[in-house]
This record gives sequence, structure tokens and C-alpha cells, in this order.
Amino acid sequence: MNQPLQRSVGGEPVCSQGLRPLCSAERETLGVRECTCISDESDGLLEFCDVPLKEKKLLEVKLGELPSWILMRDFTPSGIAGAFQRGYYRYYNKYVNVKKGSIAGLSMVLAAYVFLNYCRSYKELKHERLRKYH
Amino acid sequence: MNENLFTSFTTPVILGLPLVTLIVLFPSLLFPTSNRLVSNRFVTLQQWMLQLVSKQMMSIHNSKGQTWTLMLMSLILFIGSTNLLGLLPHSFTPTTQLSMNLGMAIPLWTGAVITGFRNKTKASLAHFLPQGTPTPLIPMLVIIETISLFIQPMALAVRLTANITAGHLLIHLIGGATLALMSISTTTALITFTILILLTILEFAVAMIQAYVFTLLVSLYLHDNT
Repeated sequence: MNQPLQRSVGGEPVCSQGLRPLCSAERETLGVRECTCISDESDGLLEFCDVPLKEKKLLEVKLGELPSWILMRDFTPSGIAGAFQRGYYRYYNKYVNVKKGSIAGLSMVLAAYVFLNYCRSYKELKHERLRKYH
Repeated sequence: MNENLFTSFTTPVILGLPLVTLIVLFPSLLFPTSNRLVSNRFVTLQQWMLQLVSKQMMSIHNSKGQTWTLMLMSLILFIGSTNLLGLLPHSFTPTTQLSMNLGMAIPLWTGAVITGFRNKTKASLAHFLPQGTPTPLIPMLVIIETISLFIQPMALAVRLTANITAGHLLIHLIGGATLALMSISTTTALITFTILILLTILEFAVAMIQAYVFTLLVSLYLHDNT
């Protein structure tokens, strides 16, 4: 059903008879849009081509949709726990669970730990700076 | 100066919420589990170390004593990792709090003593009187042995607390002294060197865990196996 696209001279997508172009508005990179030709009768499938807002990743959400995207996120305890779990496994599988893991995987965690502790105790550390007036 | 010295030992509370829970749970992140036979380097190293330690520690027990392996290995891992994490700058060490160490020492010691009393009552009671004591000394010796028994959990807890706290305090003091002496350059090199040596000695906080679990172990051994 999907046929290769033919572009006209002006850059507008052109399909053969009985087909119309369907272009993805979200994948607009370098001014080129990905388009395919689909049959005219397949109008009913259009809603499945759009990814619902809830399941989009953060980098695919448009700026105007950001508040509604944030509000749609799962803030239940199990949702938050799931988010932490996903984050943990993402880091673990990228830096530790590899064939030749290095010290960097552990060092980054410890550096983040030191940084968080510094932020936590900043209030008391403020007074130990070398200043004339605190 | 006085207030600054001890503020690092206060329990961390952020906006009234106990942050200390998160800090106590943090070392568990550094020990991932793997159910593969051949896992990544990190897990392999940890498994090798754990095997080494458990073989070293639990080989002297009989089968009944070896049921405590999981407990003792978790204990040594927890105290070791907590102490080592405490050597990082600005971090909070839960084992500097006496409450925490008492919470670890008292239940474990009580469990060992009660196990000994339940399974080998006569042998456990016989510990209160060493062999070959002269008869006039018996009452005094029983009292002394009882005291020495009951002081064991206190000694366990206070030993750990005091060692870690003292080490941290020394680092703070000597570090502060180095900063203050920076303008007088001749002594700076010497002080910095002292800090280095002290830190290295403090890395043997791991030896502290060894002492902790070993003492606990010896106690368990005595009470269970005679």
C-alpha cells in the first residue's frame, strides 16, 4: 500500500493517483520531512499514526505541550518507584553491566553522592568560607 | 570552631524529613545482584571478595553456627561500605551514631547468648567460672564474669562509634589546621603529610568491620559450640 515517494520540482511530495502523501510533522529535521504515500481509503488509520501525548518521550514533546505532558505523568507511589527503577537500570546497563566495565561507573555514583551531600550541608559550610564578612 | 566541629555528626534532616534513611539505604545501591553465572566485572569482584570473607569467617563454625552466615556477611558488608563511604568529603556516616551501633550490637549479642542458653544450658552457665579457680575466689569471679558478659554488646557498639567518630574528628581538626597554617609554609608540608597518613590509617576502618564481626563471631562461637 505504501509506495515510494516522488517529489515534484517544488519540493512538495507527490503521489500517484488514488494515493495521498502522509507526512510526519514531528520528525522535521533539516527541513526534510519523512513522507509516505498511503491510500485515500485508509483515513480510519490516521489516529493510530499519531503517538498519544502520554507515551511520548520527553525530547519528543513540543514546548507548548510540556505542561500537559508533565501533568499526565504517573505520580502515584508505584509510578514514582517505577521511574526510579527505570533510571537505575538505565545507568546500570550503560555503565556497569558491560563487558569491560571501568572504575568510571562507580566513580560517577560516588561523585554524585559527594555533590548531593555538599548541597545538603551548604548551609553550615557557608560560614566556613574565607570572607571578612559572612 | 566548636560548633563547626560537631555539626557534621548531626543527623541530616531536610525540611523536617529524615534524610538519614536515604543515606543509610544508599550503600545497597552499590551492591547489585546478578543471577548469571558470569556477570560483569563489578559484580564478579564483589562476589569474589564476599566468597573470600565468608570462607575466612565461617569456616570455624559447625553447621549450626553457619546458619548465621547470611546475617554476618550482610553485617560486614554494611558496616564496611558505610565506613568507607563516610571517608568521602561532606558525607554523613551513620555508624558514628551510638544509637545505630547499639541497635546492631544488642540484638545480635542477645541472639547468640539466648541460642547458647537454650541449646547448651550447662555449658553456657559454665562460662561464668573459668577452670581451676581457687574456691575462695569463686563468688567474686562469677560476678566479674557476669559483668564481662553483659558489657560485650556495649563494648561492641561503643568501640565502633568511638573509632569512627574519633577518626572523622581528627581529619576535620588536622585539615583545619593545615588550612590555617597555609600562610606559614614550612609546617604545611608536614601537616599535609600527617593528613595523608591519617587518612590511610582511616582506610582501615575496614579493619574495624573485621574487628566488629570477628568479635561477634567469637562470641557466637563461644556460646554455640563451647
